[in-house]
Amino acid sequence: MEKIQTSRRNFLKATGISTFGLALGVTTFARDASVKKITPAILRLEINPFIIIDTAGNITLVNPRPDMGQGSTQAVPSLLAEELGVKLENVQIIQSDGSGKYGSQTSGGSSSVRELWLPIRKAGAAAREMLTTTAAKRWNVAVSECTSEDGYILHKASGRKLSFGELADDASKLEIPKEPKLKEPKDFKIIGKYNKRLDVPERVTGKAVYGIDVDIPGMVYASIVHSPLIHGKIVSIDDTETKKIKGVLQVIKTERTMPHRTSEAVAVVATNWWAALKGKKALQVKWDNAELEKTVNTANYFAESHEAAKKEGINFEEKGDFSVKYAGAKDKLEANYETPFLAHAPIEPENAIAHVKDDGSVEIWAPVQGPDWTLRDVCAYMKVKPEQVKINVKLLGGAFGRKAYHDFVLEACHISKEIKKPVKVIWTREDDISQGPYRPGMLSHMQGFVEDGKITGFHHHAIGESIVGQVFKGLKDDEADPWLSEEISTGNNKYQFATASKVSWTNVKTDIPIVWWRSVYASNFGWGQECFIDELAHLAKKDPLKARMEILPDERFKKVLETLAEKANWEEKLPEGSGKGMAVFKSFNSISACCITVSKKDKGVKIDKVISVIDCGYYVNPDNVKAQTEGNIVMGLTAAIKDGITFHNGACEQTNFHQYNILRLNETPVMDIHIIDSGAAPGGVGEPGLPPVAPALGNAVFAATGKRMRKLPFNINDLG
Amino acid sequence: MATYNLSVNGKKVKVDVEPDMPLLWVVRDFVGLKGTKFGCGMALCGACTVHLNGQPARSCQTPVSSIGKSDKITTIEGIGETQLHAVQKAWIEEQVPQCGYCQSGQIMTAVALLKSNPDPDDAEIDSAMSGNLCRCGTYDRIRKAIHRAAGEMKVAQPGIGKM
Repeated sequence: MEKIQTSRRNFLKATGISTFGLALGVTTFARDASVKKITPAILRLEINPFIIIDTAGNITLVNPRPDMGQGSTQAVPSLLAEELGVKLENVQIIQSDGSGKYGSQTSGGSSSVRELWLPIRKAGAAAREMLTTTAAKRWNVAVSECTSEDGYILHKASGRKLSFGELADDASKLEIPKEPKLKEPKDFKIIGKYNKRLDVPERVTGKAVYGIDVDIPGMVYASIVHSPLIHGKIVSIDDTETKKIKGVLQVIKTERTMPHRTSEAVAVVATNWWAALKGKKALQVKWDNAELEKTVNTANYFAESHEAAKKEGINFEEKGDFSVKYAGAKDKLEANYETPFLAHAPIEPENAIAHVKDDGSVEIWAPVQGPDWTLRDVCAYMKVKPEQVKINVKLLGGAFGRKAYHDFVLEACHISKEIKKPVKVIWTREDDISQGPYRPGMLSHMQGFVEDGKITGFHHHAIGESIVGQVFKGLKDDEADPWLSEEISTGNNKYQFATASKVSWTNVKTDIPIVWWRSVYASNFGWGQECFIDELAHLAKKDPLKARMEILPDERFKKVLETLAEKANWEEKLPEGSGKGMAVFKSFNSISACCITVSKKDKGVKIDKVISVIDCGYYVNPDNVKAQTEGNIVMGLTAAIKDGITFHNGACEQTNFHQYNILRLNETPVMDIHIIDSGAAPGGVGEPGLPPVAPALGNAVFAATGKRMRKLPFNINDLG
Repeated sequence: MATYNLSVNGKKVKVDVEPDMPLLWVVRDFVGLKGTKFGCGMALCGACTVHLNGQPARSCQTPVSSIGKSDKITTIEGIGETQLHAVQKAWIEEQVPQCGYCQSGQIMTAVALLKSNPDPDDAEIDSAMSGNLCRCGTYDRIRKAIHRAAGEMKVAQPGIGKM
C-alpha cells in the first residue's frame, strides 16, 4: 500500500475538484478489492475509476462508462451509493476522459454493471469503513457502535453524528481496507429497487447536451463527400458551384480511416453546417471504382456464403462424430438461415469536433462509446502521445455499437489539421446509412437429427465476414472466429445433444465495412439456432418448448423456460390462424427467452403480443432492465421485418429512413417483460433481450401459417 | 443573406441567414437553442419537430424564408419554461427516454396532439405519433405517458375532454 504525500495541486489538476478530503481509486481490471488512496503515484499506476469525497461532503464518481441511453449514469453511481450509504442524488458524476489511469472505459458488450459490480461496491464499502473508523476514534467509541446514513456517521447511543465532509480529511490518512465488508443483498436499499433515472428531466426539456450540441469558439463546420462505393479513389473534383455558396470557406481532400482500409473523401468546410451541406450537394466528384462493385456487393457475398454452406467449414467444436452420425441418421433436416447487413442508425448521426492545435496537441468533443478507445485511435492516427490528446465525451443520441468505431472522429482530426481550425463534422443520415460500418450479414447452415423423439444431433455452420478479422485483423485463415464461443458454442447455449454436435465456421470476406451491432453475432446466429431447433422439434413431433426442456438440463435455462411458459400461457389453445412461437438465447451472461403471438391477416400476419423473460442475475434497476428489454424487442422486430442493407453495383441501396425503415409506434405490439431474480452474478442488460426476438417471430409465423421463414428480413404483411 | 425577425418561444430574435436555411439550423446554430434535433434532414424521423403557431412542423424542411413576421415558433425549450408541461411530467413519471435524443420531437408532437385532442385513444395516439422515430424503442412508454398526461390535464382543467 503506497504511503505518499498527496499532492493537492496535481490532484486538483487531475479532477477539477476544489476541496480534497478523501479519494479512493480501484482497478477495473482486478477482480480483487484493490482499493488504494489516490496519490500522484497511483495516478501513474493507472488505477481507477476515481471516487472522491471532499471536505464539503460532495461525493464524486468519475464514471468510466459513457451513457448512450442504456442507463450507465444511473447504474454505476448506484453501486457506489449503496455501499457508501448515501442517496443516489448525492453522487455527482464526471465522465472519464480516456486517460489510462481510468482503466477500461468503453460502453459495449453489456459490460458496465458486469465489470464494475464488485470494484465500485468495494470502493464504496472501503470508504464507508474508513469514515466510520475516523468517527469512532474521534468519539472514542467502538466502530461497531457506529452506523452510516445519508452522508453521516451516527453514534446512536449518544445521539452524535458527523458528516462525511467533516471526516473526509482524517479518513484519507487511514490505510485502505483490503477486504471491506460488502452489504448483504437482502440489505440493499438502491440496488435491485425501482429508482427514477436522475438524467431523465434534462432529456425532456431539451437541456441535455449531446455531442452534436457542442460549440467551440472559432469553430467551423464540415460536411463530407464519401465514396459511393465506399473505397473509390478520387479522379477529379469540380468545386465551381460549391465555392459560389455563401458561407463555404474551403474544399479539401480528406480521408475516412476505417480499421481495414482508408478511403479518399472530400470535405466542404463552411461557416455553418447548412452551407457546408449545400456545398457538398453542389460538388462534382469523379471516382475511380476499379473492381469495387464485386467486393462491395451483398449479392456476391451471399452467393459465396451459400456456396460455402455446401462445403465443410473449420471446426470450432465437435462432440461425437457429427458427419458420420448425420449421414446415418433416419430423421434429419438441413436448412440455411440468412440475416442481412444492418445499419445502426442512431437518431443522432455521427459527429465530432476536433481541434488540432499549433503545438500538435488534439482536443476532441464527440459522442463516443469509449473515450479510451477514441484516445488510442486518435494517438495512432495523429502520431501523438496520449498526454497530447484530450477527449471530451458528451451524451450519445443512441449508438448501438456504431459510436465505438471512430472513422468520423479521425475525419475531424484530419480536416482540423489541414485547415488549422477547430472543426465540427456532422454526417448526414445518408452518410450514416449508406457508408456503414454495418452488422455483417451472416448465413447459418444448419443440420440436425432426431432419435426416439428427441433432438440428439445438431450442427451450426456459421458463415460470413468476421468482426475479429476485419476490425481487429486478428483472425487467421485456418482459425474459426473465437467469438462463436460466446454465441453458439454448447458451452454457452447449454443444449445437450446426446449423440453428436458441431459448431463450424467459414470466413467469407468482403470490403463492406462491418462492426458490432447490438448483441453482436447473437443477433445473427440466434435466428438460425432457434428456428432450426423449432424445425427439429416439429420433426420429433414435440412441442417446441418441451423439446428444448428435454435437452436443456441447466437450472437457469429451465427456470427461464418455465417462467416463459407460465407468463405466455404457452399451453393455451389458440384459434385457427393464430400461433405462438418461442426462442431462448444466452448472451453477455444473461439468458433471455421470448414468446410472440401472431394471427393471420390478409396475406401476412399481425403481431398480437410479445412476452419476454430475462435472467440477468443481480441487476441495479428493474425498470431499466424492462426499458432495455422493450428496446431490444423493438430493435429485434425491426431487424426481422423492416429493411436490410443491400449493395447493388457496389453502392448501398438504402439512403435514409424511407428506404431503411425502422419500427414505428403504431407497429409496436403489446409487450410484457418478466425479470427472474436468480441471484447469479450480474449479466448484461442492454443487449441480451434482442437475439430471441426474430426467431420467436419466425416460429410464431410457422405455428400460425405453416410457412417457415428462413431469410431475414421478411415482409410480415405478405409472406408470399 | 437576409435578415429575419422571428418570434421564438415568445421572444423576438433577429438573424442574418440565407433564405433557404431550414428553421432547424437557424434555431440551433443562430438562436442557440440546441434542444431541437437533426435526425434525417428529410422530414422522415420527427426529431426536429417544433410548433409553428401551435401546429407541429418539421423544422428541417421549413425554410426560414417561409416564416412570416407574425408566425410564432415554439421549441422544446419553450413549452415548460416556468414549470414543466404535463407531457414532460408524464415523460418523467413513465421514465420514457433512453438516450433521449428523439424525445424533444416526440414531446412536441404529443403536446400538439393533446391540444387538439385532449383524450386520445390508442388508435389516435398511433396515428399522431407514428411519424416520430425512436431507435431506442421507447414507443410503449410514449403511449402510456400520453395517456397519463391526458389524465393529468383533465384533472387540472375539468370540463376539457371528450363529450
